[in-house]
Amino acid sequence: MLSRTADSLFWLGRYSERAGNVARGLAATLRMALLANPLSAAEEEWRSLMIATGCDPAFRTRHAVLTQDAAIQWLTLDPGNPASVAACVEAARRNARTVRTALTVDMWEAINDTWIEFRRLDSSAIRGDRLPGFLDWVKSRTLLFNGAAADTMLRDDAWSFLHLGTILERADNTARLLDVRHAAFAPEAAADAANYAQWQAVLRSVSALRAFQHVYHARLDPKQVAELLILRPELPRSLLACYSRVEQTLDAIASTSGGARGECHRLAGALHAKLRYGRIDGLLADGLHEFLTGVIDQNIALGHEIGSFYLNGRQP
Amino acid sequence: MADRPASAFDEMHADGVIRPPYAEMARFLEATGQDALDQKRREAEVLFRRIGVTFAVYTEGGDPERLIPFDVIPRILSREEWERLAKGLEQRVRALNAFLADAYGPQEIIKAGRIPAELVRENEGFLPQMVGFTPPGGVYTVISGIDLVRTGPDEFYVLEDNCRTPSGVSYMLENREAMLRLFPDVFTRHRIAPVSHYPEELLETLKGIAPPGCHGAPKVVVLTPGPYNSAYYEHSFLADEMGVELVEGADLFVRDKVVFMRTTAGPQRVDVIYRRIDDDYLDPEAFRPDSALGVPGLMAAYRAGNVALANAPGAGIADDKAVYPFVPEMVRFYLGEEPILSNVPTFMCEREADRDYVLANLDKLVVKLARGSGGYGMLVGPHATEEQRADFAARIRARPGDYIAQPTLALSTVPTLCETGISPRHVDLRPFVLFGKGVRIVPGGLTRVALREGSLVVNSSQGGGTKDTWVLDDPPPLPPGEAREPGQGAAPEPGQERAAGGMSQSMGGMQQLMGGMAGMPRGAKPANDGSAGEK
Repeated sequence: MLSRTADSLFWLGRYSERAGNVARGLAATLRMALLANPLSAAEEEWRSLMIATGCDPAFRTRHAVLTQDAAIQWLTLDPGNPASVAACVEAARRNARTVRTALTVDMWEAINDTWIEFRRLDSSAIRGDRLPGFLDWVKSRTLLFNGAAADTMLRDDAWSFLHLGTILERADNTARLLDVRHAAFAPEAAADAANYAQWQAVLRSVSALRAFQHVYHARLDPKQVAELLILRPELPRSLLACYSRVEQTLDAIASTSGGARGECHRLAGALHAKLRYGRIDGLLADGLHEFLTGVIDQNIALGHEIGSFYLNGRQP
Repeated sequence: MADRPASAFDEMHADGVIRPPYAEMARFLEATGQDALDQKRREAEVLFRRIGVTFAVYTEGGDPERLIPFDVIPRILSREEWERLAKGLEQRVRALNAFLADAYGPQEIIKAGRIPAELVRENEGFLPQMVGFTPPGGVYTVISGIDLVRTGPDEFYVLEDNCRTPSGVSYMLENREAMLRLFPDVFTRHRIAPVSHYPEELLETLKGIAPPGCHGAPKVVVLTPGPYNSAYYEHSFLADEMGVELVEGADLFVRDKVVFMRTTAGPQRVDVIYRRIDDDYLDPEAFRPDSALGVPGLMAAYRAGNVALANAPGAGIADDKAVYPFVPEMVRFYLGEEPILSNVPTFMCEREADRDYVLANLDKLVVKLARGSGGYGMLVGPHATEEQRADFAARIRARPGDYIAQPTLALSTVPTLCETGISPRHVDLRPFVLFGKGVRIVPGGLTRVALREGSLVVNSSQGGGTKDTWVLDDPPPLPPGEAREPGQGAAPEPGQERAAGGMSQSMGGMQQLMGGMAGMPRGAKPANDGSAGEK
């Protein structure tokens, strides 16, 4: 496969996933902000989401005060924010367009129809009562795209690179959402209503609140919430589930392209092993924040290595 | 049909009678009515938008991906009419190719005094890098688009030749797919020559020009300037239909005069490049050094016989508007035949006598840039204002060599669905000629239609639209009132166009929207026995 094609598929996967993740994060934060009392806590919620989505510094250069309306506008429709849903949809579609021939009709239509629909939106679509509907719509569009890919795509290199982008982005998102609320998971954190809401919010933002009950059949417990999101293989958005698939996918690519392996394979294997053999007690004792920022950094390094080994056109 | 220009030949109603190729279509239009056709037109637009068949227009603000308007009423040619055109097209393309070989070789035609030397040697499109080099197979014009216009039952003229990177063939193919989807019944009542095999013919043609340095199955790629090019849809469509890679310049590199593409499995050798990049941008080492679209060292690899390029660089001197008047002479000189297709009489403003005539008759002539395309910088005298004509007169006096002029032909019209009903609109025709080991022409081509009433400008960049173009095979249509039952003689035969459900493995295009579904029973989940409990 052309390196550029692989690159576009990889980023198509990442941006499409990111659009859905931002929408999930927004929905969970909106709920937290509505329940927050006093108001300063609401601002804290929006700040957390800004940090988790990596767009806090850019937001600060544009806005002196963080209001709910400004945050929502920034994360949904603002084309100036590269992490806004609008920018993600635009980038996903741009990448899709350059590799149209590697996509199935269903995938192309899923992404193209979203893009067409998006261009018709005005700012009223995210105002007041319409915001939850908008966020559900974005989520359903990314689910449709993922479903179209899962159901219609040949399991060849094109699939592998698209999938690689999707799960790498997903792992990054889970790590960031958890990290931004790491204080609520510290051993000394009180089991009060405020922290309970935090644990709930983390689960909601990766659509895993119900999953928690199915796995643990118990009242929310910070250790188990962290375990579910980091170490449980059953949860498709857990770090373990994501990196297990990253490693498998990189192996599959290596075997279809003559067996050559590089630093990206080593890094993916190391990350996967750390998660596979990790224990939640030890991990929390060493510090959740340190662990998660380590994962986020290694995820970035892994992305670079995949880029230089496969996507940027190695020359002998 | 009251607004039909009195002088134009209408391909459906000539002298008040329905011409035979349109007999069945006339009955269909009569029976169908405006509302149903409008509905079909809206369906067509949704189809084109969904699959993203778009065309970017540089000068337009707003929507960067515009649809070319598609007219649902086809343009129909009889087999007999087409056969004559096809012979003329093959003859013309062979002559253009012979001219290119000669221009970059011995220049016999100049020595014989049949074409002025400066038109070749001082031509902007002339590439010294091509002198003394014979492209693989001796073919320069691998893909040509020859623009034809019609003024009467038997009067066809070549308006211009396109020997560089003619576009539009994807519209020819998608228009047919759209028509098959919108009007399956109409297809069962006609025998329409298929066009859907064009990509296979193109691939065979490209394989046929594989260079001497190629061993084994030739690796063919399509080279595009990228997604921001106006014809990007077509580039990706053709690559997909042929099952070859669509590459950009940065995907290719040259090492030891061999072209490779960068893949996830390392470098892979490339043998034939169907390039949709202009000559100037092909290779920054040979041409424009600032080109970021091209591939450094490509020309050296080409000249070393390690890669084939379609079309050959420098082929533009054959389709230059200043060279155009000499094409009939090329046919006589190289082939020793009389041209089957006529040229439009052309005045070259560079010549004093021609220039005087042009300046005195601007209101009757079409003035074009000798080296322009896309209908930009063009004056249609009879429809221009006094100021526009004065402006062009000044430009012609300032740079006479830049302009040619032709009489305004009464272009034929074809019924077209307009706001106010079905009305005649002027059309042209661009058939695509493939030249590799032999000449291949898919019947028909792209019909472009000037949608504005009375307008003669069909370019898609100037508000033109397109139509499906049918070449009808015999038998002739049945007499009125006698509808042919489906499956009774009119059913598509192998090689005929399929009426529905043409599926291909690849993505993209109208075919995929048409997947038929057989009435297969589906598996059903057994009724819930209650033990699992309802949730």
